[in-house]
Amino acid sequence: MNMQNAPDIRELSYAEAIREAMDIALGSDERVVLMGEDIGVYGGAFQVTGDLIDKYGPDRVMDTPISELGGAGVAVGAAMTGLRPIFEFQFSDFATLAMEQIVNQAAKIRFMLGGAVSVPLVMRFPAGSGTGAAAQHSQSIEAWLGHVPGLKVIQPSTPEDAKGMLLAALEDPDPVMIFEHKILYKMRGPVPEGHYTIPIGKAAVRREGKDLTIVATSLMVHKALAAADDLAQNGIDAEVIDLRTIRPMDRDTVLASVRKTGRLICVYEGVKTLGVGAEISAMVAESDAFDYLDAPIFRLGGAESPIPYNPELEKAVVPQVPDILNAATELAQGRL
Amino acid sequence: MSDPNTPYAIRTYDAETLKDALRKMFLIRKFEEGAEDSYTRGLIHGTMHLSIGQEASAVGSCMSLSDADKITSTHRGHGHCVAKGADLGRMFAEFFGKEDGYCRGRGGSMHIADVEKGNLGANGIVGGGLPIAVGAALSAKRLNTGAVTVCFFGDGANNEGAFHEALNMAAVWKLPVVFVCENNRYGMSTSTEKSTAVKHIADRASAYNMPGTTVDGNDFSAVAEAVDTAVAHARAGNGPSLVENLTYRWRGHSKSDRNRYRTKEEISDWMARDPILHMSALLVEHKVMSEADVAALETETAQVIQDAIAFANASPAPTAAEATRFVYTDGEAA
Repeated sequence: MNMQNAPDIRELSYAEAIREAMDIALGSDERVVLMGEDIGVYGGAFQVTGDLIDKYGPDRVMDTPISELGGAGVAVGAAMTGLRPIFEFQFSDFATLAMEQIVNQAAKIRFMLGGAVSVPLVMRFPAGSGTGAAAQHSQSIEAWLGHVPGLKVIQPSTPEDAKGMLLAALEDPDPVMIFEHKILYKMRGPVPEGHYTIPIGKAAVRREGKDLTIVATSLMVHKALAAADDLAQNGIDAEVIDLRTIRPMDRDTVLASVRKTGRLICVYEGVKTLGVGAEISAMVAESDAFDYLDAPIFRLGGAESPIPYNPELEKAVVPQVPDILNAATELAQGRL
Repeated sequence: MSDPNTPYAIRTYDAETLKDALRKMFLIRKFEEGAEDSYTRGLIHGTMHLSIGQEASAVGSCMSLSDADKITSTHRGHGHCVAKGADLGRMFAEFFGKEDGYCRGRGGSMHIADVEKGNLGANGIVGGGLPIAVGAALSAKRLNTGAVTVCFFGDGANNEGAFHEALNMAAVWKLPVVFVCENNRYGMSTSTEKSTAVKHIADRASAYNMPGTTVDGNDFSAVAEAVDTAVAHARAGNGPSLVENLTYRWRGHSKSDRNRYRTKEEISDWMARDPILHMSALLVEHKVMSEADVAALETETAQVIQDAIAFANASPAPTAAEATRFVYTDGEAA
């Protein structure tokens, strides 16, 4: 991270950090517009845009009708012709209504046109379970979009990354999809002042360790770190990698860690089958790092189920700290 | 020339402009015929959607557009591309999948674009271009470019959600966009009578509080008058309009079409309403051109097509080593 112009660090919530990034972008680049449902005076369903409309007005902080497909397409067309839209889906689940524009248009236009035009579009997706909002407001569909060449897909897990990766996304000439776990919005952490970027496509080693590697995404990074603290008390030294970007995936960081520890657990909230963990596992299995493995690779992902409403059931279908702890202990002790 | 019974096109455009419009209509017809012939001779990989019979709609809708103005197009988009000023050689090169094509052979018939001339591209998804056109109009308004976007779509697209969402947003935000529906009566095989609850697609404009007009899409002058009016309305800051051009495709939907949903009589009736013959007769009647001039123009355009095909044939094919180039901008010179 380039800290040269950002020496002052204070604590912000994840939502505040995103808002600060958008504030900087709106203030420094007239091409930037925010678009989304109820992002104006309401401030967004999760209060991420907050009061930005007061500072920039309704032409820059645009409430769209409840028209996800059309709204996404307007953002695509605007990005092709000179604006830098940041499009907020109210819930990532609602992006299913806009898949045509995301998958067929935004992701493919540059390619289909032989490089004649780029689509510098940023889309934000409040994602994940834990809010009691049930099956249509709690999904983790990042792997769907991670399957689409032409898109970049990121999952910042800290306020500092949320700001720096959004600013990086705005500098990127291609469409960047940002999945923000709703439970993270209120999480506080140090955030540098001013403009800085954190690169897309680069994982972060959040905790160094020698006994096993836990590769986690988004909220699961924090659960993995909590599990790693417990593991340390039992003499197991876990390395925790925050993947941060699922497309393009940081192969080097993951493989280097696996070569060092010889054990791998993948932890992610999206449905386990055909998910992010499958790709990480395959990446290791297809590389020389496979020869360093002392145990089978283990995946902890979402259950093969929609997200239930009841809070105990809701917890039961996504990995929790004890699940990670158990899996890591078994793996480290050679029982898996 | 001030006689109100004189057709709009004759009253409005000078002779050179009218000749150029007829020339573009010939170019579209002959591009499509050349494409069909190339397909028959096995030079084309894939399918194509020909717009023979719809030339007046394409050319008439672009009369008051400059290169700064944008269009979005459809899977039946060759005509729009020619009307917006594309180079025929580069179009054929794209059709042949060659490196000199507008999309360097990556897009083909369904994705031909000519960004420098303001053509943001054909689209393989029915209705896909509608919200994109609204986005281009949003850019024009926010960036004060003065540009207008003409959004071509077919009758099939008017039942897509994207149509309704796009028209509503364009109206709510009063954006400079003209929605041009080329109603050729069939979405593939399904007629508008079977698919669409309103008699005229332009009637749907009232639901979005914008002007809606239905015109004879095979009458160049009628199309030009309706779309010029809508473009002026948009350029003056008055927001979007919907123009419906009633027209007909002489050929099937694509190469798989057995024409089982329409009669030979219907096709021949529409072929008798040939937009090029109609336009030629108009220009001869008003002494813009002689019949000999028209014949010479047709001969000249046929040669342009032959030259374009020769250019495309000679163009190099992309190499397999570059099959995944252009997915991302990274590492590419802009």
